[in-house]
Amino acid sequence: MTDILLPKDEAAAVALVQDLRARKITVNLAGQGTKAKIGRPAQDELTLSARAMSGVTLYEPAEMMIRALPGTPVKELEATLASKGQRLPFEPMDYRVLLGSDGEPTVGGMVAANISGPRRIMVGACRDSLIGVRIVTGRGEAIASGGRVMKNVTGLDLVKLAAGSWGTLGLLTELTFKVLPVTETSATLMIHGLSPAQAVDAMARALGSPFEVNGAAHLPASIDRVAKTLLRVEGFVPSVNYRIDSLRKLLTGFGSIDLVAEEASEALWQNVRDARFLAAGDDCIWRISVAPSKAPLLLEELGALPQRWFMDWGGGLLWIATKAQADAGADLMRQATRKLKAHATLIRAPQSIRAHVDVFEPPLPSVRVMSEGIKNAFDPDRLFNTGRMIAGL
Amino acid sequence: MTIAFPLPDAAILARRESIVATLRALLPSECVIESEEERRAFETDAFTAYRKMPLAVVLPRSTQEVAAVMRYCHEAGVKVVARGAGTSLSGGAIPQEDAIILGLAKMSRVLDVNFADRTMRVEAGITNLAISNHVMGEGFFYAPDPSSQLACTIGGNIGMNSGGAHCLKYGVTTNNILGVTMVLVDGTVVEIGGDALDAPGYDLLGLVVGSEGQLGIVTEATVRILRAAEGARPVLFGFDSSETAGACVAAIIAAGIIPVAMEFMDKQAVEICEAFAHAGYPLDVEALLIIEVEGSDDEMDAMLARIVTIAQQYNVKTIKESKSALETALIWKGRKSAFGATGRIADYICMDGTIPTGQLPYVLRRIDEIVKSYGLRVANVFHAGDGNLHPLILYNVNDPDEARKAEVAGNDILTLCVDVGGCLTGEHGVGIEKRDLMRHQFTEAELHQQQRVRAVFDQNWLLNPAKVFPLEGRLA
Repeated sequence: MTDILLPKDEAAAVALVQDLRARKITVNLAGQGTKAKIGRPAQDELTLSARAMSGVTLYEPAEMMIRALPGTPVKELEATLASKGQRLPFEPMDYRVLLGSDGEPTVGGMVAANISGPRRIMVGACRDSLIGVRIVTGRGEAIASGGRVMKNVTGLDLVKLAAGSWGTLGLLTELTFKVLPVTETSATLMIHGLSPAQAVDAMARALGSPFEVNGAAHLPASIDRVAKTLLRVEGFVPSVNYRIDSLRKLLTGFGSIDLVAEEASEALWQNVRDARFLAAGDDCIWRISVAPSKAPLLLEELGALPQRWFMDWGGGLLWIATKAQADAGADLMRQATRKLKAHATLIRAPQSIRAHVDVFEPPLPSVRVMSEGIKNAFDPDRLFNTGRMIAGL
Repeated sequence: MTIAFPLPDAAILARRESIVATLRALLPSECVIESEEERRAFETDAFTAYRKMPLAVVLPRSTQEVAAVMRYCHEAGVKVVARGAGTSLSGGAIPQEDAIILGLAKMSRVLDVNFADRTMRVEAGITNLAISNHVMGEGFFYAPDPSSQLACTIGGNIGMNSGGAHCLKYGVTTNNILGVTMVLVDGTVVEIGGDALDAPGYDLLGLVVGSEGQLGIVTEATVRILRAAEGARPVLFGFDSSETAGACVAAIIAAGIIPVAMEFMDKQAVEICEAFAHAGYPLDVEALLIIEVEGSDDEMDAMLARIVTIAQQYNVKTIKESKSALETALIWKGRKSAFGATGRIADYICMDGTIPTGQLPYVLRRIDEIVKSYGLRVANVFHAGDGNLHPLILYNVNDPDEARKAEVAGNDILTLCVDVGGCLTGEHGVGIEKRDLMRHQFTEAELHQQQRVRAVFDQNWLLNPAKVFPLEGRLA
């Protein structure tokens, strides 16, 4: 049985961390643990959870900003925003679909994992919407970086370091985001039967058009009989109608195109967001970031390794399922990612595989040195999530 | 003149000749500037009230040459101040007597354009506008557009995380850069980020952007380029008060509309800009909004109709829609020349605080009171959608008493911005200008934490060391 420490506020968290530091006790940082199966296996018996620090603490719709405590369920944050016709721009995915985990994803966990979704190609990732953090460092100090205004270049941008640090730098105690209005409507074009290379070409043309495509995904025939390339437009009704028509004309040469209406479109993109197409079964799941034009090359390099796969972000994000055996294809995967300057994260795999395979792309030696320095600057005694991303960090 | 510089290191000053000789051995002769006359061009930037003569100026032509200079300076303990075009309004590129200036002016090439991935690889000394101009023929552009975009470099933009009028929709520099090549203080060349949308591990790229030349010398960058909208059209709204103008901005956002730009000018700024640019701004209003929308003609018509309807609910006094590309260019010329036009009638210092937009009427009233209390005048231009203010405090640079008053009034305004929940600088950077105000925004623990991260890159304070952090109480 693992014990859980549940500080009720930042002051309690500071006292707790100071005590842990004095007694050299290391901990796993968590919210509700929905992403606990991502990363190298936890090294510690004790968990420090932010879940008791919950709630939206400031919301100014006219300023397009919202502030919440780290244990706030993402669902609650999104509901608060929806009540004023706004939303998180970056469309965070729900990892429970792939990981089969229980509980509610929290705002702190979303930031710690820098989680984004399909709209990331147009509006940026979680890190781009995050404008302020408070964090309790491994020194037992509560510090702030950024703030509540969306333009702020005062001092070093530690906000960016907090996003995507997987709890290795400190316990997040407050998060502030810039947000956007919900759009009036959305629609999706579906092109049938394209090869991966054709699909990437079609998506590049759409994304390189003035028609503000904010979702571009490709599902090969192995996902659903006929390959489907999806292009989403959101906005005011007259704009969406006009842009969908314009895109149809632009993409005439690529074959038959259907229009997916609003409701079906939303369901479809939710499945793309959560990588639901790969969820069934016990395959290992890789998430690969690559320059879109190199996605077809990457697939070639991987040969027969992928059991199933699909692309988001116009090809810039590849989701790949491999057999849950040996190294889950890590050796071949890393060869390909190094060659194409891509990077791969093993999102889903049994603990036995994650224990001996690098889950995150191993850093280059120079980056490793800088990363160690940053870990030391925040958490010199290695109290938090050490080794979750990279052994020793 | 209240901002202190650290005392120059006498040992370095004494070794000037041998330092210059070594730099000459490392670089071709046209890349090293040592005469006093030529160095004078580098003794300040756009924060002209402060000047310091650098030890020497080097203008390397490649990453390898930058690395060679850095390796030597690191061994010799010579401080290095990076410089793009020297357009910093916060003194970010002002040198010190015991430092060399490392200028990127000779590194201004486009290295690669990839339209399929919508990225471009450039050297750090290329100007912001040259990036957009290079791909304009294909309908693309680089989004962040600081007012100085004709002159300022992408390297400087990365150093300061520059914004611009259009970042309400497109974000600032940090949202539009994918990777950089950076030379570390000891001459090591590192690649940070890459050509994909996100990079593995800690977000080092996010840390480097906005680090004001304190973590390394960025020599190349991969930037995102975007396809330009089919058209863009601004509308001018005149209001009887800044309160109603501010309320109108809030109502537009509440209606779910994010215009590509929303710029605010007060009466003083309107008069100054109109006299210079003849943009057709109404002179009988207290506040002017420039709101720009993008898209096809029909889309812009529909969007502007919605925006005009909202403005009418806020007693808009003047509505003027641009009817041609010429009018659009004039409207923007007026706004973008605000600093230059102000410079024609007086010396000024330009503030850059950001405030929660809900505080706008209060802050504008307080700015007016503060500046008047020092017997000075102020013109206000700012990005209304994001609360980034640019009060221009007018004064006479030849009157030391006025200069001091202007500086103090500026400090009062910036502390006011922090006190209402905002920050000292939205897009110009801390530099030396706001260095000594940092304690007003950050606690000692916060400043120390930033310095610990800084020390990962530059343990000995060799990189642009007089900037950003108050000189007293620094971590050794």
